[in-house]
Amino acid sequence: MSRESVRRQVVAKASEIAPGTVKLVTVADREIGIFNLGGEFFALANRCPHAGGPLCAGRIVSLVQSDGPGSYRLARDKEFLRCPWHGWEFDIRTGQSWCDPHSVKARPFAVTVEPGESLAKGPYVAETFPITVEEDYLVIEH
Amino acid sequence: MNVTVRQRAAAQRLAIVDCDIHPALRAPSDLHPFLPERWREHMKTFGEHVRHGLTGQLPYPRMMAAGMRADAFPEQGPPGSDLDLMRRQHLDQNGVEIGMLMPLSRAGMEERNLDFAAALAHAVNEWQRHAWVKQEPRLRAGIVVPQEDAAFAVQEIEERAGDPAFVQILLSPRSSDPLGHRRYWPIYAAAERARRPIGLHVQGYSGGHASTGSGWPTYYLQEHYAMCGNMQSTVVSLVFEGVFERFPGLKIVLIEGGFAWVPALCWRMDKHWQHMRAETPLVKRPPSEYVREHFWFTTQPIEEPENPRDLAEIMQWVGFDRLMFSTDYPHWDFDDPQRAFKAQLSEAQRAAVFRDNAKALYAL
Amino acid sequence: MRVPFQGAIDCDLHPALPPTAALLPYLDPYWRDQFANRHIDRMSFNLTSYPPNSPLSARPDWRGTSGGPGGDLDLLRREALDRFGTRLAICNPLHGAIALFNEDMAAALCAAVNDWVARELLDREPRLRASIVVPMHDPLAAVAEIERVAQDRRFVQVLVLVMGDLMLGRRVHWPVYAAAEKLGLPIGIHAGSTYQRAPTPSGWPAHRVEDYIAQSAAFENQLVSFVSEGVFQKFPGLKLVLIESGFTWLPPLLWRTGKLWRGVRPEVPWLDRSPAEIIRDHVRLTLQPIDAPDGEMLLRTLDHIGSDRMLLFSTDFPHWQFDGDDVLPAGLPDETLRRIMIDNPLETYRRLREGGEIGDNAHRKETVR
Repeated sequence: MSRESVRRQVVAKASEIAPGTVKLVTVADREIGIFNLGGEFFALANRCPHAGGPLCAGRIVSLVQSDGPGSYRLARDKEFLRCPWHGWEFDIRTGQSWCDPHSVKARPFAVTVEPGESLAKGPYVAETFPITVEEDYLVIEH
Repeated sequence: MNVTVRQRAAAQRLAIVDCDIHPALRAPSDLHPFLPERWREHMKTFGEHVRHGLTGQLPYPRMMAAGMRADAFPEQGPPGSDLDLMRRQHLDQNGVEIGMLMPLSRAGMEERNLDFAAALAHAVNEWQRHAWVKQEPRLRAGIVVPQEDAAFAVQEIEERAGDPAFVQILLSPRSSDPLGHRRYWPIYAAAERARRPIGLHVQGYSGGHASTGSGWPTYYLQEHYAMCGNMQSTVVSLVFEGVFERFPGLKIVLIEGGFAWVPALCWRMDKHWQHMRAETPLVKRPPSEYVREHFWFTTQPIEEPENPRDLAEIMQWVGFDRLMFSTDYPHWDFDDPQRAFKAQLSEAQRAAVFRDNAKALYAL
Repeated sequence: MRVPFQGAIDCDLHPALPPTAALLPYLDPYWRDQFANRHIDRMSFNLTSYPPNSPLSARPDWRGTSGGPGGDLDLLRREALDRFGTRLAICNPLHGAIALFNEDMAAALCAAVNDWVARELLDREPRLRASIVVPMHDPLAAVAEIERVAQDRRFVQVLVLVMGDLMLGRRVHWPVYAAAEKLGLPIGIHAGSTYQRAPTPSGWPAHRVEDYIAQSAAFENQLVSFVSEGVFQKFPGLKLVLIESGFTWLPPLLWRTGKLWRGVRPEVPWLDRSPAEIIRDHVRLTLQPIDAPDGEMLLRTLDHIGSDRMLLFSTDFPHWQFDGDDVLPAGLPDETLRRIMIDNPLETYRRLREGGEIGDNAHRKETVR
């Protein structure tokens, strides 16, 4: 997106969204979820890149990790989102899907589109929007 | 990819037939108007008697919200219990012209007390008619019957055969014997007479056997996967017991069991039938021919191969005329009609899968 | 098509098993006594899965003079080894010892079978190798047997049946996998059932052919069991070989488990990568039966599998999976055939590479009893 076409919009007051919660707003006819992670704000399109489900209606969860069979622990306290449809886990901070079908996580993004296919192959990333706090107002760039 | 949830290209808007929608009771008392007092009491006192260690829950807990889409919860009652929400969120939004109801639990297919099973099945059938089909012309019901009681099943089918609200007959594929067994044949005779397909939806409740032939799974991941194996052995039994030679008009719909396994199973059946033919004289032709003539498969959960072209290939091998779109609303692994198919389909293929095959099969 | 060159490694063949009376010298005095008194030595220990006269159990030209599947060692040499230019072959004894509920008797008989195989087959035919038969329903006894027999390096694998009482990925079996991993032996899971459970989720089919067809779903479910339980995370050196399983069911399994995993990952968080990746790394499948017609669909299916490392050549002698010399699918380039016939088996079974040139018997150790 070119700089000229970046638009900014106030979407909510920061104080409206308690830490650990999400608010759904509409920006230019698109639904966006605003998340408050411990005072930091993140915005994700309310549309799962997997199959179009209402991503931001999903549960906010921690990341389950393991050291081996039978071992379970939680990390990244409440910084993940599980899509309410197929349960895919997305990092709220980056929009990145955890179980990306094509990724080793360290790999940089590469997106390829093959002729005749409607979906881009490559990492599944929920669309994110830069969001800033300006005097208690949340401003989104879209 | 900047398409909003509400935005739908006019060209994409196709009226579809959804072959798998799960209605739910708001509360068990929703069945009371259709249950005699004796069975209302029984339900309260003794409850359902199934082949699992826990009451009212499955021993393989589902992953999210008891296996439901988190956005499908109405104000009151579980997902699928509120017709208005179903209309708004699914029938209207997704252009569903006709939807097939699949009532799952409390329908009696897995109930060990056969008299209670009969009462439950009858009640669920009445409930489908009154609470759903009568209220919403886009919906159709299935005649739920407990397959282990063939006499009652035949009676229930014959009672409802003249009612167009009911478009198929629902059995559990997790039966106590493989479904080709001759003790189920009266049900197939009745289905053939009633000109209704038999719908077999995957089940969480056991008919008396582990969910795999080699024991009980540990994790839900495995339990979910095991449902394909149930569908496979059901196909094999129906074919090899000669059910289709005996009932040439019988049609079977496999619901929510996937379909990518179909070509490999057909090849395997054909190959081994060749040498072992003497054992099954009722199978007069290669097994795959019976599959091609008598089986249909709903599409959800749609397969997601690494290369979407592989899916199109599988669909070609199964036959675009055999596949019928389904969403499984309101379950978690719901398939959205706009987004679920990553493979490219032609207009004709899309029309067949999303609408015309079902209309033809169910005579809609 | 027939083999285009010599030197294949046959990863599944079934020598005829001895009458039980011939196993008596390999049993200790207590068991010899029991077997004689109780007439167990007159019992055949045939597995229900392979009734001797069934067409599947042996091709007509692969029956001995008395009609038994596999005939004698001469028949095996001629028809299984010479006929296909086979350099090495792995014997998978399908002996009914494992279907006994008495764990001690099962263990004793498995040991007798393993020792008989070493003396009567491996000692007499240098091209042969073997899998260790174990009583899997008693994992500690199985471990003891593996450690005992593995000292003879002509034993290259641990053999279990695909359908038993408990799913094979379960932790109760892990001592067996630990032992196998330590010794560098793959776990070979072979078609067949001890029939301690109904072979399908809806009970007992009427026909043998149905039971045989059901084996492929059993392989699928066992594979998902190994993956879900994290067996390959716990035992990263472990390999699985699915024997007489078919393989055309594999691509849908890779797709379906991947899709499921992405949705249920928190249930099994030890899975550090997709099931398809895990399976391609750790699992191999023997070639027979080729459950597909020759041609486009088979070649496409091989493409769907997405790896040329996974198939291992086999004849499945004397089971009837093909006619004449037609052991290979048509339409594959020589390079792929070489992978299937030689390279993949060698990569899978490290012990096959031992000896000066492969096939050399010189490095086996004396079995200690």
